[in-house]
Amino acid sequence: MKIPYYPGCTLKTSAKNLEVSALESAKVLGVELVELPRWNCCGAVFSMATDDLIHQLAPIRNLIRVQEMNEKGIVENENRVVVLCSMCFNTLKRSNMFVKEDKERLEKINNFLSDTEEPYQGNIEVIHFLELLKNDIGFDRVAEKVKKPLKNLKIAPYYGCLLLRPEEIAIDNPQSPKVLENLLEALGATVVDTQFKTRCCGSYQTVNRKELVAELAYDILNQVKISGADCVVTSCPLCMFNLDTRQEEVKKAHPEFKTIPVFYFTQLMALAFDLGESFYRFDLNYVNPKPLLSEKIF
Amino acid sequence: MADVERCVLVVLEDRKLLEKIKELSGIDLSVCMQCGICSGSCPAVDQMDITPRMMVRLIQLGREKEVLDSKAMWICLSCFTCYARCPREIDFAKLGEALRQVRLRKGLDYIRISEIPEEEFKKLPQIALVSCFRKFTS
Amino acid sequence: MEKTLEEKTSERFLDIMERIKESNKSVTTGIDEKEIKHWVTIYIMGKAYKVPADLTLMQAMEFAGYRFIRGAGCRAGFCGACATIYRKKGEYKLRTALACQTRVEDGMYLVQIPFAPAEKPVYNLDKEGGGLDVVFKHFPEVARCVSCNTCTKACPQTLEVMDCIQAILRGDFKFAAENSFDCIQCGLCSIRCPAEIIHYHLFQMVRRIHGKFGVPPEPNLEKRIKEIEEGKFNEEFEKLLKLSPEELKEIYRKREIKLD
Repeated sequence: MKIPYYPGCTLKTSAKNLEVSALESAKVLGVELVELPRWNCCGAVFSMATDDLIHQLAPIRNLIRVQEMNEKGIVENENRVVVLCSMCFNTLKRSNMFVKEDKERLEKINNFLSDTEEPYQGNIEVIHFLELLKNDIGFDRVAEKVKKPLKNLKIAPYYGCLLLRPEEIAIDNPQSPKVLENLLEALGATVVDTQFKTRCCGSYQTVNRKELVAELAYDILNQVKISGADCVVTSCPLCMFNLDTRQEEVKKAHPEFKTIPVFYFTQLMALAFDLGESFYRFDLNYVNPKPLLSEKIF
Repeated sequence: MADVERCVLVVLEDRKLLEKIKELSGIDLSVCMQCGICSGSCPAVDQMDITPRMMVRLIQLGREKEVLDSKAMWICLSCFTCYARCPREIDFAKLGEALRQVRLRKGLDYIRISEIPEEEFKKLPQIALVSCFRKFTS
Repeated sequence: MEKTLEEKTSERFLDIMERIKESNKSVTTGIDEKEIKHWVTIYIMGKAYKVPADLTLMQAMEFAGYRFIRGAGCRAGFCGACATIYRKKGEYKLRTALACQTRVEDGMYLVQIPFAPAEKPVYNLDKEGGGLDVVFKHFPEVARCVSCNTCTKACPQTLEVMDCIQAILRGDFKFAAENSFDCIQCGLCSIRCPAEIIHYHLFQMVRRIHGKFGVPPEPNLEKRIKEIEEGKFNEEFEKLLKLSPEELKEIYRKREIKLD
């Protein structure tokens, strides 16, 4: 199966570990994620003002790229685009809805882009990689491919905001999501439920209020520890940064705090599929997960 | 100008602002019944000078200026928890966005990019910078 | 007898000069306006001027009485000094051009942009390295790009400016360096950008980074630098420095160009 794939800027640099692990794991499952040609930054946050069209240009341009992939035969009749990053997913999906629900908006944007782009028809569907795993591949199939079950690992899934809210774009039940849980169980891990799995990590405030973000991360990670988990799993590069890299700030504010590893769900998939170090890229995780892994798995 | 006239002008000015906020957010704040679930759900409420519930009440009372001058809308994380829990389905995130837009569209940026400490650029991923600049600069 | 290289070159040079003189006749000579058949009306900073139809924007402005002390350089489309913004009659589009490379059209409204004001950061790649963090440190506003593509549309060099910015944003300096190579730093992209990005300084930095860290060192260059440092050419330099301008010109004219 070939399907268009939108990476997002951070997946090409500090979140390379999310991308390489996902692409290779998908391959194992018989899915080829084909990167969009000439894609651009989606803007990371969906602009919510009703009349603000300029900030919709970036996401819509990317949807036009998906359209082109079909026209050029790079993919065959695949009007879906898979996204790995939660923020890109949220932005692309909401922008798509924003123009689909009002033809006038779509027309204005198409007019503005008409110098260089074919009009966006409004037929593309934005999905998250987790949805592809759940609906197209199936967790049974995932479980079949597991070579090294993560059986001693107690994992707390962390969804954050943008996979589940607002409700109209949610990939699962926004109050009690199960998709990450089901995936992790398929990988043989022990899933630990935590109170703050859908609580915000502090998001973009990490730039100008990192102390606030450190406090939010402290609360979330403490809940994880209280519930007895060894590590956290996320799908968002910004959640990853706030929960993982900002542990440095957490330690500054709370010297007694002990660091805890945070993974991308795809890193654990690659690990359970036994794909090899080059597809885990643990060197990009701030808190080194290797001591935990050598204690629990290897 | 007589005081009365000045008052009328101020009120008119405020009405215009209210209309602007309504237009930008597309939400009807008159349905709010002040239950306070929004404030109780907000992960950053302890940092705010006025809570989300107060924000709505002040706007209902025609005191949007106080809301615009507060820092609450700049603390908002756009996490949509208040929206998810509001029994009247008020999209507070859109309200926050509208309030920020009123300021930003006048060229009044909330952060100065040049004041971000240099060493932070070694760590901050693109996703953080892009989202922050979109929310806080015009 | 076959012509020497020197003769060929000087003939070609005279030919080019003759053509420039001819095409600039109305500007450079006293102008016999009766000889000019075609005229157009253009508006420079709001005022109408009747000018000969075959002039470039720059020549037309000179014809109209303006004298360039800024905003003019090579007059050949390479230096980027004569960035101009104009609108055509009956059109909403704000167009951009190099004044020395664009012909006047009837009803053109134009204004010359002496230069896009821009901060030019000072950096030391030896000390700071060539990562994306260094780019963000000096040009954080690149993260404000909204992908509107206005920069690309403004570029008189027809570069894919937005694609280059987007490539930088995801750390692909190779793409940006290679695709911005023909940038002449006229600043028209930057003056049009709603995100206030300084494309041309940023591109130059990225080209420097790519040249320094992204491509393998050139062995011939390294060899030559070593030779210079070891003093291989000292004697010749000293000889040249003692010569008079006339003698230097003579040597230059007689130089041999070897092509492999």
